[in-house]
Amino acid sequence: MNEAPNMKIDLCGLELDNPIIPASGTFGYGYEFAELYDINILGSFSFKGTTFEPRFGNPTPRIAECPGGMLNSIGLQNPGVHAVIENELPKLKKCFAKKVIANVGGFSVEEYAKTAQLLDECEQVGLIEVNISCPNVHNGGMSFGTSCEAAAEVTRAVKRATTKPVFMKLSPNAADIAAIAKACEDAGADGISMINTLLGMRIDPKTRKPVMANKMGGYSGPGVFPVALRMVYQVYEKVGIPIIGMGGISSAKDVIEMMLAGATAVQIGAANLTEPFICRDIINELPYTMRKYGINDLKEIIGGAHNG
Amino acid sequence: MKQSVFTIESNDRIAENTFRMALTGDTSAFTRPGQFANIKLDGFYLRRPISVCDYNANGLILIYKTVGEGTEYMSQLLPGGKLDLLTGLGNGFDTALSGENPLLIAGGGGVPPMVKLAKTLIAEGKKVTAVIGFNKASEVYCEDALKKLGVNVFVTTADGSYGVKGFVTDVMKSLDYSFFYTCGPLPMYRAIRKTVRTEGQYSFEERMGCGFGACMGCSIKTRSGAKRICKDGPVFDSAEIIWEEPKK
Repeated sequence: MNEAPNMKIDLCGLELDNPIIPASGTFGYGYEFAELYDINILGSFSFKGTTFEPRFGNPTPRIAECPGGMLNSIGLQNPGVHAVIENELPKLKKCFAKKVIANVGGFSVEEYAKTAQLLDECEQVGLIEVNISCPNVHNGGMSFGTSCEAAAEVTRAVKRATTKPVFMKLSPNAADIAAIAKACEDAGADGISMINTLLGMRIDPKTRKPVMANKMGGYSGPGVFPVALRMVYQVYEKVGIPIIGMGGISSAKDVIEMMLAGATAVQIGAANLTEPFICRDIINELPYTMRKYGINDLKEIIGGAHNG
Repeated sequence: MKQSVFTIESNDRIAENTFRMALTGDTSAFTRPGQFANIKLDGFYLRRPISVCDYNANGLILIYKTVGEGTEYMSQLLPGGKLDLLTGLGNGFDTALSGENPLLIAGGGGVPPMVKLAKTLIAEGKKVTAVIGFNKASEVYCEDALKKLGVNVFVTTADGSYGVKGFVTDVMKSLDYSFFYTCGPLPMYRAIRKTVRTEGQYSFEERMGCGFGACMGCSIKTRSGAKRICKDGPVFDSAEIIWEEPKK
């Protein structure tokens, strides 16, 4: 009984020491956090959403607050995939010895494929996570993630461009997220990441204007956790591929709930921004929380809430 | 950056909508004037970034304006209470650039960091002048704190109820200086940049998600590309800044 509980999990052949992965957009390209703690304790991490061309993103202010979390309308600021490969990945290599998750954004099917193809050649990249919450510029700006057909098309294009495992990161703003997940699986996806942020907004009563320059933005933080958990639970029943669960996770207990709903691994997002040591703290806390709930091997609880 | 718990020693109103909080705790992450702390407040998800007015080995002083629910909550905190702070954030002002007689220009909520800046410059043997601007007499603060350090202080008020009637730029015109440092609202910066005759450093603010460079919430376009106000700033050299016209 004194043996340390097993936190190792397998994500499409990627062996992770634990299921804790900082989410894209909340951890930069890793090295900012390496100044705070040894980030090699992480299972992996998902780097800042990267597009083919460099992007500044939306005008500021692009952050707002709400009681259960925050909203952001960053708009995929990033230096572009070439600069990521030339500058960011070598910098990261100095402080992170494990495989990283490459988060890819795009505004056309071709852009996703071109970006994924370049990242396919990077040895440091363990898997590719495709953000399909972006607007499709060739289809009136509708998000790829709200249409089964568009999500499947991106999946097929990225799968053709890389031999690495491909995880499709789903938007909760779709009418039926389980249908989108199934469409991605049928199109060849190796896994599902979910959920991206929920579209929301805030208005300042003093100015009578939206707080963010872009008016609307993505809601994340502990307030979305029950929604994310429910969606992971629903998608787990529809697909056979692994799920990385995320959305408001802030504690080791949240991690266990998310895995019971069906997640193989989890991502921590907004919590990194208010509590910069949260991933380290959750990793340290997890063995004690596992003992508390009688868990010796974490991978055995994946989808456990569906039994019976 | 460090994360640590501070103890509130005092928290008093010093001018209209303006409070001074003294805290004791680990200040070892601060290296320069013009840096800030990011403060966790019960009931608020995001931390509140507040510029540091002054610090020493044992604690720090924050002077802040009540501009929203977070700072209003902060103004009600009592001595003895504990606060979780991220410290040593931002680049701060570079006093090596100052020359012999630097000018400090600040408006409204931008005045506090000028105290530690003036203290540092004076310790380096420089002759410091400050112009601090407010809307009206009831809002004036930090004048005495700066004078006590040996700073030649000019105060302006827009309505003329205290000091020189007008704006900081009205006083600046007749002053000689080797370099300038400024902290205040954007409209003040737009006026300053048309008046100044030297290079200088501007301190910017923006709504922040994290305060330490992770979220890209507070980005600004500069002549050397996109920068994060929280991490690469908040202080930027005048030559770096791209001035955009005010939003309609």
